[in-house]
Amino acid sequence: MRINDVILRTVVRFVVFIILTLAIYLFFAGHYSPGGGFIGGLVIASAFVLLYLTFDIEKVQQGIPVDFKKVAALGVFLAVGTGFGSVLFGADFLTQTAQKFHIPLLGDKELGTVMIFELGVALTVVGVVMTIIVSIAEGDGD
Amino acid sequence: MTIHFAIIFPLLMAALIPFIYKAFTKVKIGWFVLLAPVTVFILLARLIPLISSGETQTHTYEWIPSLGINFTTYLDGLSMIFGLLISGVGALVVLYSIFYLSTKEALHNFYCYLLLFMGAMLGVVFSDNLMVLYAFWELTSVSSFLLIAFWHHRRASKAGARKSMLITVTGGIAMLAGFIMLHAMTDTFSIRAMIAQAPSLVEHTLFIPAMICVLLGAFTKSAQFPFHIWLPDAMEAPTPVSAYLHSATMVKAGIYVVARLTPLFAYDLTWFWTVMIVGLITLFWGSFNAVKQTDLKALLAFSTVSQLGLIMSLLGIGSLAFHVDIDATAIIYTQAAFAALFHLINHSTFKGALFMMVGIIDHEAGTRDIRRLGGLMTIMPATFTIAVIGSMSMAGLPPFNGFLSKEMFFTSALHIAEADVLSRASATALVPVIAWIASVFTFIYCMIIVVKTFFGTTEKLPQDRKIHEAPLGMLISPFVLVFFVIAIFFFPNVLATYILAPAMVSIYPGLASMQEMTPHVYAWHGFNTELIMTLGVVLLGFVLYRTLAVWRRIYNTLPAQFTLNHVFNRVLSEGENVSSFVTKLYMTSSLRHYSLYIYVFLIVIIGGYFIVNDAFRFSMANNAEIHVYEVLLVFMMAVAAVAMLFVQSRVTATVLNGVIGFGISIFFVIFRAPDLALTQLIVESVTTVLFLLCFTYLPAWKPEKSSRREKTTNAFIALFVGALVVLVSLSVLHFNEFKTISSFFENAYELAGGKNIVNTILGDFRAFDTMLEVVVLCIAGIGVYTMIKFRMRKGDDRHEN
Repeated sequence: MRINDVILRTVVRFVVFIILTLAIYLFFAGHYSPGGGFIGGLVIASAFVLLYLTFDIEKVQQGIPVDFKKVAALGVFLAVGTGFGSVLFGADFLTQTAQKFHIPLLGDKELGTVMIFELGVALTVVGVVMTIIVSIAEGDGD
Repeated sequence: MTIHFAIIFPLLMAALIPFIYKAFTKVKIGWFVLLAPVTVFILLARLIPLISSGETQTHTYEWIPSLGINFTTYLDGLSMIFGLLISGVGALVVLYSIFYLSTKEALHNFYCYLLLFMGAMLGVVFSDNLMVLYAFWELTSVSSFLLIAFWHHRRASKAGARKSMLITVTGGIAMLAGFIMLHAMTDTFSIRAMIAQAPSLVEHTLFIPAMICVLLGAFTKSAQFPFHIWLPDAMEAPTPVSAYLHSATMVKAGIYVVARLTPLFAYDLTWFWTVMIVGLITLFWGSFNAVKQTDLKALLAFSTVSQLGLIMSLLGIGSLAFHVDIDATAIIYTQAAFAALFHLINHSTFKGALFMMVGIIDHEAGTRDIRRLGGLMTIMPATFTIAVIGSMSMAGLPPFNGFLSKEMFFTSALHIAEADVLSRASATALVPVIAWIASVFTFIYCMIIVVKTFFGTTEKLPQDRKIHEAPLGMLISPFVLVFFVIAIFFFPNVLATYILAPAMVSIYPGLASMQEMTPHVYAWHGFNTELIMTLGVVLLGFVLYRTLAVWRRIYNTLPAQFTLNHVFNRVLSEGENVSSFVTKLYMTSSLRHYSLYIYVFLIVIIGGYFIVNDAFRFSMANNAEIHVYEVLLVFMMAVAAVAMLFVQSRVTATVLNGVIGFGISIFFVIFRAPDLALTQLIVESVTTVLFLLCFTYLPAWKPEKSSRREKTTNAFIALFVGALVVLVSLSVLHFNEFKTISSFFENAYELAGGKNIVNTILGDFRAFDTMLEVVVLCIAGIGVYTMIKFRMRKGDDRHEN
């Protein structure tokens, strides 16, 4: 049986970009307003889930040729790595620091190591959620 | 610093071996490996003059100073002996292994493990800190396990590796307990600091338990009765490993610990009795059992057990020096410890040579079963020379070093028999008798090694190959060792002055001067009792060897179910049965049962805590007003929850579950927690997809068939959990057992530089939790992935348990 899902397919093409933009906003906004690495990662993952629901697995994997297991591993590496990074500078494990920078076009912004940590969290969430969903979906269910 | 380098260098090499192996495929990597022991040996040899003048070297690298755990190395006479043995014999063994192992073997694994062992063993003998010593100690057990199981396709190798691991690690854990008790008594982990306080510790209640625990570790490692059973099975390892770990170095770690801690524990006579008696039993039992072996390596293994017992009993006798006045009588007992160290070196030389000899025979003839060997004297004259010199030294005959230390052993045994410092002098009268009987058996098995292998006819030899003398490369190492066997006999006092004398000060700090405690070793000491004992050993040994066929049957008198191996296997299989029975009691593979355990524990622990502390206190007075829409929302969620119990399909249940989840997120919105609401919404969507995906794997939905009683119990537990959660959430507002943490959140911007306090908690205040959660999440993801990708298909029988 073929489901008529023209509307879904058409809408998803646009909506996914909106969702991903939201995810990136949430990720950067996290320090001062609602958002953060975890929620950002979840939103990205949900955008991908939407893609997988709408199109078949092969097609999505052509579009996003990423091994999600590696994404998760990279995320854990970043999260744990920031912990050890502070040790290298003589501070306690997982000490976070921040510095104000002037970035052209964006103005004065604060950049902190917590950002790397949050990026690690986000990547792990995306990687793990997608690994679980894709591997369960790929198994033939016998 | 030198000593730190000596420990780290082999470990670094071990890490580099895989890369070297890949880079140089043409050259045997053994030549690279040889660099490590040779470097360490030269480094240590350069320090001999310093150490023999009575100096010591110590260097501390701070590791965990807050716990008193520092990587402190301490070089003195005792550790020098072991360091030289480890690196010297190590170099010879590596050289020998280059020719022994073919390039088809997994050489990178072999040398990686071997270097790992070398570094760990050097760590054991040079560490002054007991915790560091323990870490290296276990590392030697692990590397020994890996080396025994080197030919892991063989069943016997795996079994032998497991046995040695179980026994030595059990002892190691006992020793750790002992070390912790010592720490509790002395408040330090440094051995030297402990020894300084030693006399005052004897009265402490933990003194005897600590001693027993430490001895357990030493006895299991040094294969003392009744823990010796792992050593013969460890002979499944390649012969260079047997020569190195299981005769020259690792099995002597226990002896090292006993010698090192003698000045700490010897103040109590229990130490003397335990160490001496266990040593004597091991000495006798090992030599007695060696005679019945037909495998040359097994024979050498039992002989090693016996010789280790000899050294151990000598250390026991030596510890008596702490109980007599410091005068001539004390020197009698310190001589026993001197003999122990002397024999330790001698044993490494002749036993190493013998193991290499057996390796050569195994390599060339293809068997090491004495029933299939014979007449090799003319075919392999060089190997024969090694065997004769090694065996005669082991039997205690002149002109070889074994004779000297054996005579000193007899001297000490005779002294202890006459000792009047003991209340139970009559018991010690047996010591020379046991020593003598054990020596007779030692003589017999030495005869067996030489005669059964090299004399007689060549008929029984395997006929499928042309047997010839070993290549020169394999002969170098045993000949170097045999050279020492003879050289030490002729110049024993060189060794005594430069190597043994400083070690005596390590065992008896401050007891007497180095010169006083170092006896002059004579090859000819007159026609005394010791010499008569040796002559008796030779005569009776020869007679018993000729009549071996007659009395051999006494070995069959002990029924199989009383042997130590049988007991060990029995304990192991019973242990497996009991643990699998206990595990199956609660691991029912039913998720419902598992959630039940969690909930029951929740009720008992959380509920129990609140009841005990009388913390269920709340008032509704300060609560905010309840709005109508809130009531409606709760009502909707409650209906969905109850309805879930009665629906007939999984999809409906999932949708109802979703209703509850979305209800919660609406509450988050109402209570102004936008990020929680957002998270809840997305989690809810993603889990719904997951649920639907998982349904393809699940069997058809069936009505459950549990009894009424079970259902009632479950209902009660559910109600209790619900009630508990409600009560706890009401009570927390009035709970003031702990300091509040709100000051952190109020000052989040100053403390963590963020205005979103949820994220400052996640990323800064509780970042450690978040980091571990991320790790756990990743592990769970890998778990799901492997379960799906590598799951067992129907009809597969490759399950692990």
